Formats: sequence, structure tokens, C-alpha cells
Amino acid sequence: MAKIKYIELDGKEHEIEVSNGLTVMEGAIKNKIPGIDADCGGACACATCHVYVADEWINKLPKKDDSEEDMLDFAFEVKESSRLSCQITVSDELDGLIVKMPEKQF
Amino acid sequence: MSETIKTDCLIIGGGPVGLFAVFELGILGLDSHVVDNLDKIGGQCAELYPDKPIYDIPALPECTGLSLIENLQKQIKPFNTPFHLNERINEISNHENVWKLKTSSNKVFETPNIFIAGGVGSFEPRKPPIENVSKYENKGIQYSIPDKNYYSNKKIIIFGGGDSALDWTVELSKIASHITLVHRRDEFKAANHTVSLMKKLVKEGKVDLITKNQISDVQGSDRVERAIIKDNDGNEKSLDCDEILIFYGLKMELGPINDWGLNLNAKQIEVNTENFETNLAGVFAMGDISYYPGKLKLILSGFHEAALAAQKAFVRARPDETLTFRYTTSSSDIQKKLGVK
Repeated sequence: MAKIKYIELDGKEHEIEVSNGLTVMEGAIKNKIPGIDADCGGACACATCHVYVADEWINKLPKKDDSEEDMLDFAFEVKESSRLSCQITVSDELDGLIVKMPEKQF
Repeated sequence: MSETIKTDCLIIGGGPVGLFAVFELGILGLDSHVVDNLDKIGGQCAELYPDKPIYDIPALPECTGLSLIENLQKQIKPFNTPFHLNERINEISNHENVWKLKTSSNKVFETPNIFIAGGVGSFEPRKPPIENVSKYENKGIQYSIPDKNYYSNKKIIIFGGGDSALDWTVELSKIASHITLVHRRDEFKAANHTVSLMKKLVKEGKVDLITKNQISDVQGSDRVERAIIKDNDGNEKSLDCDEILIFYGLKMELGPINDWGLNLNAKQIEVNTENFETNLAGVFAMGDISYYPGKLKLILSGFHEAALAAQKAFVRARPDETLTFRYTTSSSDIQKKLGVK
């Protein structure tokens, strides 16, 4: 279980407890947090669950694999902190994770 | 206007579920037409994961997206079903219980049954959410190339790092006056061979390659005249051009289906689980696009949904006939339809 803070573009914060094994995307969808579309349902095939992770978390998360990096080509305003939230699996180590939603999902 | 095509069932979507619907309708003696926005048969299986393995098709321990589609095409071959590719159904209307549909190329269909097997919607080009980009669409900004000769002697900027972006960079470098390729990173998700061809062109000075930059804005007057790109530190640069090509892949959109008066649940269409009919009589939804309590987005669920919808479609297409359920194993009538007897 990890407490994850999702921050919408306008600054509205949602602090949610997400069970281990779910993805950061699923945590958002289950709790109806706006700003994450996840069109493909988590198959790493659409890039509409794009988030920016807080700077201090960039190196603490498991690294992106090639398919996530490839798929990020299709996201808008990609930064160093960009991740696809369907590819981040929640574990106790992620307690306190902060993710910000982008201006738009492509 | 072209003449109206009459059919027992119009199927929207040529993915696995649309194809199997052709089969289930066919063995009941109903003909169908299939319309799909893609340029090929197979839907997501062909477009998104042709080579990826699938392990949960009953009695097929392993297959690929492509081989599944090839097998389904083989299965429906006896029915000689017409496919209308590169077309999208834009409008539907109902006249005395008959549905009239119009495609993006103005073909008109009349049918008692519409099967929506549209996956997650139709594939549309992914467009940067920048106001000016939509403003200059078709005024210098394109997402595909219907006629490459249009680009001869033009100064072009191409955005993207996948197969389309690289294939067209290589191809258009033969006729364009100048090409700049802009991509957000140094790695490319395209065939190795094409990447090497592109790099060779860069070395020879025929293509300018700018990596670690992304599109930030476009500007112009009547037509687009320049693109503004931004590097990872936020520094902007302006590039003059005649034409901009954006290849950021495809995205799935529900599109016009949104406006047909169907009851929707987020991006899915609500159906009943007896015959997968929607709130509109004669309009059925199956596969990933349908929603009911307990729905699983699995290909096998779509097959089941298509089989049950076909039963109700028969009643609507042949109101004066009685449908008797028959097995393919023992029915000589079905086997005749399949051309095996």
C-alpha cells in the first residue's frame, strides 16, 4: 500500500491510498481522478496516461523500459520527469509518490 | 451520389469481432458489408500488435495478432463479404425501422441491422493540442500524404521518430527542396534500415536532423510559415517552412458515434446481454466498444457477443421466417453455405 498524491493541472490535489500491485494509472482511474485517460487500458499502447513525477522521485522509480520510452514519443510536452502511469506498479516503496497531470493527454 | 447498397447487416469495424460477426451472420444466411477507417483489415490486431503473441483465444494456445486475423479471413472467405476500407460511417438515420448510413466518401447503405464492432473507436492521427496546429490543418499542416508529388521543391519540417516519419523523410528527400526532421530524443522507433538511410542523408547534408526538441507552436498568415520548437531546457527556436508533416502515430477516438443518440458509459456503448442490442433497435455493439456489467475486453467475449447479436439480426432481417438453431457439425444447410458440402 502506498499513499500517492495526484495533482491536477489547476493544482487540485488528490491523496489516495493505492494497493500494491495496481499501477499508478489504475489508482487514478478507480478513483475517477481527472487528467488521466488511459485509452488502451494499460497495454502501453496509447500514451494517454502521461504524468510528470515529482523531481525527487525521478530516480527512485523503477526505470522505464524501451516500450514505455518509445510510447512517450506520442505524448505531448515530454520532460525528463515524464512517465506513463500504467507502467509504474505500486509497492510500499512508492509511499509518498507525487505525480502531476500534463496540460493535455495527446 | 452513388447508388444505395442494401444489406442484411452493416458492420462497423474490421477487427477480429467484426470478422467473426460476418461468419455468424453468414451461417444464418445473412449477408453483410464491413466498413473500417483503417487501410487494412484487422483493427487493433493488425495496427497495434500484428507481431505480439496472444495466448487466450480458445483452442489456439498461441497466435499473433496478424495470424488470428488471417485465420478469421479464411473462415469467412465463403461469404465473399465486401470490405469498405479507408471509410468511416459519419451519419446514421432511421426511416421506418430501416437504418440509412453514409460513409466519409458518401457511400450510402440501407440495412435493418448495424453491428458496431469498432474497438475503442476509429484510428485518427494524434494531433498536438496546440491551437494554431488545428488552425493550419490543411493549410500547410498534414498528418498523412495522399500525393507525395505535392511536396516537390517544398521546404518541409517533419515531426516524429517512428516508421512514418522516417519513411517519408527518406522518400521526400528525393523531391523536396529542404527537409528538417525533428524528434524528441536521439533514438528512433523505426526499422533499423530506414534509420541508417536517414542518417546517411543527414551526413550528406540532404536532411537536417534536430533531436531533443519538440513542437511548441506554429505560426503564419493564411498558411503556416514556420514552426517553433523547444529543447529540453525550454529554449525556443523558429524554423521557416512551406509544409509541416506531423507523424505522432494514431489514436483511437469514438468520433461520430458520440452523436448517434446511443447510451454511453464513458467511451463504451451500453448494450443488453441477451442480444447485445443498444438503446436503438437494430443497432448492436460488440467487442471492446460494448459495455454491460461484468464486461471484459477480451477477443473471446466479442466472439460470443457477435454470435448472439446475429440471432436477433436474423429476426429483424427476415421477419417472416423462423430461425432454427443448427450446429455447423451436423447441419447440411450450413455446410452448403460454407462450401464444404
